[in-house]
Amino acid sequence: MTTTSPQANGSGGGSAPIQERDRVTVRFAGDSGDGMQLAGNRFADATAVFGNDFSTLPDFPAEIRAPAGSLAGVSSFQISFSKHQIFTPGDEPDTLVAMNPAALKSHLSALTKGGLLVINEDAFTSGNLKKANYPSNPLADGSLEEYRVIKAPITTAAIAAVDDLGLTTQNAERTKNFFALGLVYWLYDRDLQPTLDWIEDRFGRLPNIAEANRRALHAGHAYGETTEIADAHVRVPPAVLTPGEYRTITGNQALVLGLITASHLTDLELFYGSYPITPASDVLVELAALREFGVRTFQAEDEISAIGTAIGAAYGGGLGVTGTSGPGIALKSEALNLAVMTELPLLVLDVQRSGPSTGMPTKTEQTDLLQVMFGRNGESPLCVLAAKSPGDCFYMVLEAVRLAFQFVTPVVLLSDTYLANTAEPWPVPDVNQLNKIDVPYRKLEHIDPEDFQPYARDPETLARTFVPPGIKGLEHRIGGLEKSDISGDVAYSPENHQRMTDLRGEKIRRIANFIPELEVDGPESGDMLVLSWGSTYGAVFTAVNDAREAGHEIAHAHLQYLNPFPRNLGDVVSRYNKVLIPEANTGQLRMLIRANFLVDAQGYNEVTGQPLSARLLTEAIIKLASE
Amino acid sequence: MVLHTPAAPDLVENIIPIAEENLSRKDYASDVDTRWCPGCGDYSILAQMQRSLSNINVAPEKMVFVSGIGCSSRFPYYMNTYGIHSIHGRAPTIASGLKLSRPDLQVFVITGDGDALSIGGNHLLHVLRRNVDVKIFLFNNRIYGLTKGQYSPTSELGKVTKSSPIGTTERPLNPLSVALASEATFVARSFDTDPQHLQTTIEQAARHHGAAFVEILQNCNIFNDRAFADYTDREVRDERLLYLKHGQPMLFGEDQNKGLAVSATGLRVVDAHGPDVGLILTHDATRPAPDVHQLLARCQYPEMPVPMGVIRQVTAPTYGDYLDSQIEVAKFKNRQDVAQLLKGRSTWQVE
Ligand SMILES: Cc1ncc(C[n+]2csc(CCOP(=O)(O)OP(=O)(O)O)c2C)c(N)n1
Ligand code: SF4
Ligand SMILES: [Mg+2]
Repeated sequence: MTTTSPQANGSGGGSAPIQERDRVTVRFAGDSGDGMQLAGNRFADATAVFGNDFSTLPDFPAEIRAPAGSLAGVSSFQISFSKHQIFTPGDEPDTLVAMNPAALKSHLSALTKGGLLVINEDAFTSGNLKKANYPSNPLADGSLEEYRVIKAPITTAAIAAVDDLGLTTQNAERTKNFFALGLVYWLYDRDLQPTLDWIEDRFGRLPNIAEANRRALHAGHAYGETTEIADAHVRVPPAVLTPGEYRTITGNQALVLGLITASHLTDLELFYGSYPITPASDVLVELAALREFGVRTFQAEDEISAIGTAIGAAYGGGLGVTGTSGPGIALKSEALNLAVMTELPLLVLDVQRSGPSTGMPTKTEQTDLLQVMFGRNGESPLCVLAAKSPGDCFYMVLEAVRLAFQFVTPVVLLSDTYLANTAEPWPVPDVNQLNKIDVPYRKLEHIDPEDFQPYARDPETLARTFVPPGIKGLEHRIGGLEKSDISGDVAYSPENHQRMTDLRGEKIRRIANFIPELEVDGPESGDMLVLSWGSTYGAVFTAVNDAREAGHEIAHAHLQYLNPFPRNLGDVVSRYNKVLIPEANTGQLRMLIRANFLVDAQGYNEVTGQPLSARLLTEAIIKLASE
Repeated sequence: MVLHTPAAPDLVENIIPIAEENLSRKDYASDVDTRWCPGCGDYSILAQMQRSLSNINVAPEKMVFVSGIGCSSRFPYYMNTYGIHSIHGRAPTIASGLKLSRPDLQVFVITGDGDALSIGGNHLLHVLRRNVDVKIFLFNNRIYGLTKGQYSPTSELGKVTKSSPIGTTERPLNPLSVALASEATFVARSFDTDPQHLQTTIEQAARHHGAAFVEILQNCNIFNDRAFADYTDREVRDERLLYLKHGQPMLFGEDQNKGLAVSATGLRVVDAHGPDVGLILTHDATRPAPDVHQLLARCQYPEMPVPMGVIRQVTAPTYGDYLDSQIEVAKFKNRQDVAQLLKGRSTWQVE
């Protein structure tokens, strides 16, 4: 499907004047079984086709089937769309669609005062009110006075729309998300066609269900048109984006595409060993469906086996990758250290989630930075990178693979729940424009066995001479015992251990000579620098700009390379009077910055399981800037 | 239970890469000095491994030894092949990833009773269940050697060791039973002091297509001396061991005067010259049901003779066979290039 110009079709009727707005944030909330994720994703697609920039934030319970109507079972999907470029899914929604009392209860406090509430009044039964702990019906007791409320009989109207299709009551009722979606499409002037196409694609083989969903969608749209909801018909003009071909992408999809592309650019087959864990499982699941690219996925018996198999593949000269979340990293530590000691090119994806322990499996956090830096025995340096946006996950995989092979080292790439699930428009890269990734061992095939030393190092990178099995005359053994410099034989001498410890550390430090310097957005020096890393990029960027609009001169720099740091980082942080480091943890990067550069960096820290709030962060930036 | 004479084994042979020139035992030995205690059973196993590989004439550059941690796991350093001495218990995982991504290599796993059955127990079950084409040699000395003599998961109940000064309080695992219960397609046992038998067993394992599990009884003369001597000593072997051969009756004893037959509770010993001679079982390693194999695995001294040799060998597709065929089919059916994949289901144009 391609669209070149936005159209306002479908918005013909209704006498209420249409208003223009720059940016709107809508949140769909309902029971896990209400299809809110589906509705939200369809809305995102329609928004993409319309030409807005957008960002989404799905939020779902960890329980697969919490009791229907309960607070624990509420699932939501937020989308922010704009005529400008945007970098976050928005803090507070302008519109909340609440499919039942529990959804209203859980999400009302987020809605901006005066915001629009679309409520499925059919679900406000005494039973459901009780499950949501409402002492009285909020639709009747005046407690929603501060909002503009559209009470719609979403369930009954959807059932009526599909009445003569002979569906079971349950299937008929299921179409209510499409009714709600149709109504919201009318409110925001979205084209129905992309969704109608999608329904055909998805349910084409079940013509009755496809027809029911189409009808519910149209009925919801017509409901908006005929009910003439005053003040609610809003249009957000398309954004001016860099020209090109775009698709929608989430962080996890970008990891998958990055891995396949890395396999293409290295000309190596991909081996992905993984044990299912939220929020990293999608990567395993999606890769498993791509065997045509020679992908070998291996659902291991546990986290240790997952990394063990990936190490085996890396040792064999392949593209060995494992992916997990924080609890899995904890289990993989010992094996990761084997890759540090044997110096093998290994990629580890850590899609971070909220901890400690099982924590909140479906919620986001940046709390694994110190774990991946230091959570292993001995002096164990490795390379750590972090993606800053869903689309950036793609490019950081390529970067991680490049460094893993160039430096013959394990590399950890950090993503998180927020990036994993958030969708944004993404300019599709031209694979022919991407640089090939060099695999140094290929040049060693014809090395003279007399000259071969597995721990001889490249003078510039200090990468060791890695040779996978198979080459005659180069047979040798590696392992987790300390290695003798150059020969790689087992060695216990004090001098050698000191030397090898230094070499392993220096090798990782030298990566800094092969990565870009840190760029500063804003003044090159001055009063205040905001330094961020990972998925908070969008929120921090937005907050810094809002603070600038409020009259403060503030610099912003964002780290994608966490070990080693870009070589100019020490210089950058020393050029400002104040350094503020916002993080979704209690100050992990701040600890590293203070320890490395002796700067009195301040923190802005939220550990809520939610992405940083750009609004609260703006306040914090302005406060520190005004001090 | 009625048992039929086995049909001729219909086994898929493992394709082993062969060296161009004729190699002798010493071509497989590295120049690293061995570090085992003098008299340790590991020396003999090393020698027989080198001899077996030279009998097959395996190409050394295509051989990889993967081990965990323990005295036994030092093994790869002494082989002039590729090798990785990894971490405790995890060798089967590294071997799996290696073999699945490099089907051209021969991957042998060297492990100990603690390495394979304690810390690495989970991996052993799964590598066997998956039938990954790797050969696992478990050196069972019924003790933790490297950590200096604590009891292991195969130490007998009540055994006095450094960490059980008044005897253990836990029952041991039987490695062969574990392997059979894990759906292993090749299960065998041999021991350090019968070089010929050990060589033959190693070669049989090497030629098996699929995961092979070989328990090698190994004497740790420092911390658990003579653990198997009661039945492996030269003078008593004939009486107390049952050398299994596929298609041959299960006979043992001086002049093969005894045999095994089915009893109400399992197996029993019968007189090969007596009236029950007709009941003596014929060994069928290829029998799909693992029933008799389990009964054999559980035969223990002194009640029963201790079986040696290949207990089970059945043909089944390996994990790699399945995986490779999925890839081949997908490449044929879903022709798609990276550029198409990057576009996903739908794109839009911004101008
Ligand atoms: C994670 C970890 N825990 C403990 C150890 C210590 N350790 C080394 S070898 C070993 C037991 C080895 O016993 P076994 O596998 O029977 O090998 P053997 O030495 O008897 O050949 C232990 C506990 C270790 N190396 N790593
Ligand atoms: S401790 Fe036992 S197993 Fe280890 S080398 Fe010595 S004799 Fe062999
Ligand atoms: Mg042992």
